[in-house]
Amino acid sequence: MTFLEIVSIIAGVMFGIGAIAAVYRIIRGPSILDRALATDVLLAIAICALGAEMAINKHIDTLVVMLVLAMFAVVGSISIARFMAKQDAS
Amino acid sequence: MSAAEIAVGLLILVSGFLSMAAGIGIIRFPDVLTRLHAATKPQVLGLATVLAAIVVQVPTWGVLTTAVLIMTFQLLTQPMTAHMLGRAAYRSDHVRRDLLIEDDLDRDIAEHDQTGH
Repeated sequence: MTFLEIVSIIAGVMFGIGAIAAVYRIIRGPSILDRALATDVLLAIAICALGAEMAINKHIDTLVVMLVLAMFAVVGSISIARFMAKQDAS
Repeated sequence: MSAAEIAVGLLILVSGFLSMAAGIGIIRFPDVLTRLHAATKPQVLGLATVLAAIVVQVPTWGVLTTAVLIMTFQLLTQPMTAHMLGRAAYRSDHVRRDLLIEDDLDRDIAEHDQTGH
């Protein structure tokens, strides 16, 4: 087992824990802002995991996907925050 | 096992640790503003370390410029998101006011209401 294989297993477990925690927060809420925030975290973890996979396997096929996600990740959370009603508790 | 391989492994481990810390943080922290603090870690530093790992692994000009572009867009857009979410949380009372040490925005809003503009 090479060094990078061990690293990929450990990093995969860490990314998985972070993603599961974000999904838990999306389900539990309590407010829609928490859900928007957790969705953002899930997206950031997905971008980091894509990059880590590229660095371990030494290719650059999904670098463009990272670029597009970094450009357009802002739209969802800002529209939720901008158009949220004052008494929305759900 | 070369020096570049060790550097790549360490950078990826830092990114994974930050992602895990963000996940644990948004579960454990009590309100939107503190969760916001935990959530912004992997979005900037985690991405930066992963991009550095890619550049170390595939050192060409195309990869370097694309990595700089990704980091620039992320640094432009993520503070906007955090700012808008924090503002919406404050205005819609999703903030634990008993946990705040100092509340500058409350004072500004009171002053603004007094002058009546």
